[in-house]
Amino acid sequence: MNNQNQHIKTVTGKSLKETAEKGGCGKCRASCQSACKTSCTVANQPCER
Amino acid sequence: MNDKGISPTRAIHKYELKGGYYVVDPCSGSVHVADKQAYDLLDKVTPARFEHYEGVKEAGSACLAEDKEHSSVCPESEQGGCYAELRELYKAGLLFAEDECEKYAETSIDAPLKALCLHVSHDCNLRCRYCFAKEVLCNEGIHSPQSEHDNYAKEVLCNEGIHSPQSEHDSFAEDNVSDHTAMSPETAIAAIDFLVAHSGERTELEADFFGGEPLMAWDTVTAAVAYARANEQSWGKRFRFTITTNGLLLDDEKIAYINAEMTNCVMSLDGRRSVNDIMRPTANGKGSFDVVVPKFRKLIKTRTKEGFTDHYIRGTFTAFNLDFAEDVIELARLGFRNISLEPVTCTNEADYAITNEHIPQIYEQYDKLFMFLTGCEHSQEVNGLDSKGINFFHFNVDLTGGACVIRRLRGCGAGNEYLAVAPNGDCYPCHRFVGNSAYNMGSVSKTLSLNIKEYFSKTHIYSKSDCSECWARFYCSGGCNASSYDCYGDCRRTDSQSVECLMMKKRLECAIALAAMRLNVANEVCDS
Ligand code: SF4
Ligand code: SF4
Repeated sequence: MNNQNQHIKTVTGKSLKETAEKGGCGKCRASCQSACKTSCTVANQPCER
Repeated sequence: MNDKGISPTRAIHKYELKGGYYVVDPCSGSVHVADKQAYDLLDKVTPARFEHYEGVKEAGSACLAEDKEHSSVCPESEQGGCYAELRELYKAGLLFAEDECEKYAETSIDAPLKALCLHVSHDCNLRCRYCFAKEVLCNEGIHSPQSEHDNYAKEVLCNEGIHSPQSEHDSFAEDNVSDHTAMSPETAIAAIDFLVAHSGERTELEADFFGGEPLMAWDTVTAAVAYARANEQSWGKRFRFTITTNGLLLDDEKIAYINAEMTNCVMSLDGRRSVNDIMRPTANGKGSFDVVVPKFRKLIKTRTKEGFTDHYIRGTFTAFNLDFAEDVIELARLGFRNISLEPVTCTNEADYAITNEHIPQIYEQYDKLFMFLTGCEHSQEVNGLDSKGINFFHFNVDLTGGACVIRRLRGCGAGNEYLAVAPNGDCYPCHRFVGNSAYNMGSVSKTLSLNIKEYFSKTHIYSKSDCSECWARFYCSGGCNASSYDCYGDCRRTDSQSVECLMMKKRLECAIALAAMRLNVANEVCDS
């Protein structure tokens, strides 16, 4: 993206908004984030579309 | 507005970790790696400044006028280039982006079911301290312990001194689940039918065998799986099964079955033998480590079927092993590659409870694990153990793909897309509510309570107290509703300074930095 930059490089510029436009299909797995199962954050989940 | 005049909902989060400078822009989802100059300059810039000062000079002097000290860090000539880079990101919507996601907050109200957690056995053959403590408290007749893996919830409710007086859930005791109940195969089959009937158009369905110890109800597990497999094609559905086990009852036959049918297998083990055996004794007081480790190894070794290889070792750390990085490393040394080590969740009264005063030590351990997983210095301390290929659950974040924002607004989906089923067939929002009569949502043989479902569908980062302004909200998704309920008697209350939130944010910082390194963008922390 801006890897010619000297001072700040972008790892991901992914727009959350874009994911909303094609998202919400519900195909991804359920994930409990509680410590009593495993604190797997949703951000760790793959999109399965 | 914060003291720089930036609305908290569009504020960035920046942090330094082991020589790397990271910048997270929550609402765009972008992540940047900065040098010290840009990192420092970010304290001075604001959306208003970017709008008003296009070029180098005016903005630079506006910054410098406010901060003399800053001028030595960042000479005006260089700062010009730095400012231009930051402004370019701002203009591209990758810094200080507005939160435009609230309009999606209530898009899941009519969501069909996709997953069930089946409490096939409330009985257990271990006497783990963090679970068994509840049995002692609850022998007063207030509640029954539920799960070998459910470390937390009911202890709070059992302890009348802690339970919030204004909570409407004091009728918890009425539940009819007893200590040693098991789900019948018929109830498990009814639960599969119930899931299919409430799944609408969804084709991918999940059932999770939980306990107690689910291997103690093996016939129920196999009956449910056989029933689903025999019918999934005609239903037009596909089932994914998960089982969580303490491993004691594993034998060759069960291992082969699990590896053929369960898309995920969660194995409970706390780490070093000494740590594990203190917290996880058998009923006769002996340690469980030596019994279960060979069985887990065997299971993993033969877990090769395509699509059925997911598994992880799941441990608990407590105030007794605040050097828990050693437990993760020990699990890796034992050959386990997928590792999750969770903080115990219990009342502060327990001698093993994790409290705010432990936070500095916990951060230190996460830093140590971060270094270990980057393949840096700490790996030398463990006899050349290579950290490559080790998947530490808490440090996982998918920066380039990952779930859509609609999913990220409400996390687990408990009570809406995901329910738990007690041994008697009653439904609850999730495993941590099982037995709480105020949250009984009906039963697999009757109708579902839609008002509770609707309440949970509207429980999201914008309806939770501290989440809508938290930088971590699109990663954390507002945390665990059950945990909020247990702490505050309210699923929608969160406290960004609670132990849980502080740990979550620290883990995310490590996860984001690690992901950035793996994408080869981050500074070389090994060189720092
Ligand atoms: S639960 Fe805590 S860490 Fe998570 S988004 Fe809410 S305030 Fe932030
Ligand atoms: S409410 Fe908490 S314990 Fe229940 S499924 Fe969600 S994250 Fe897990």
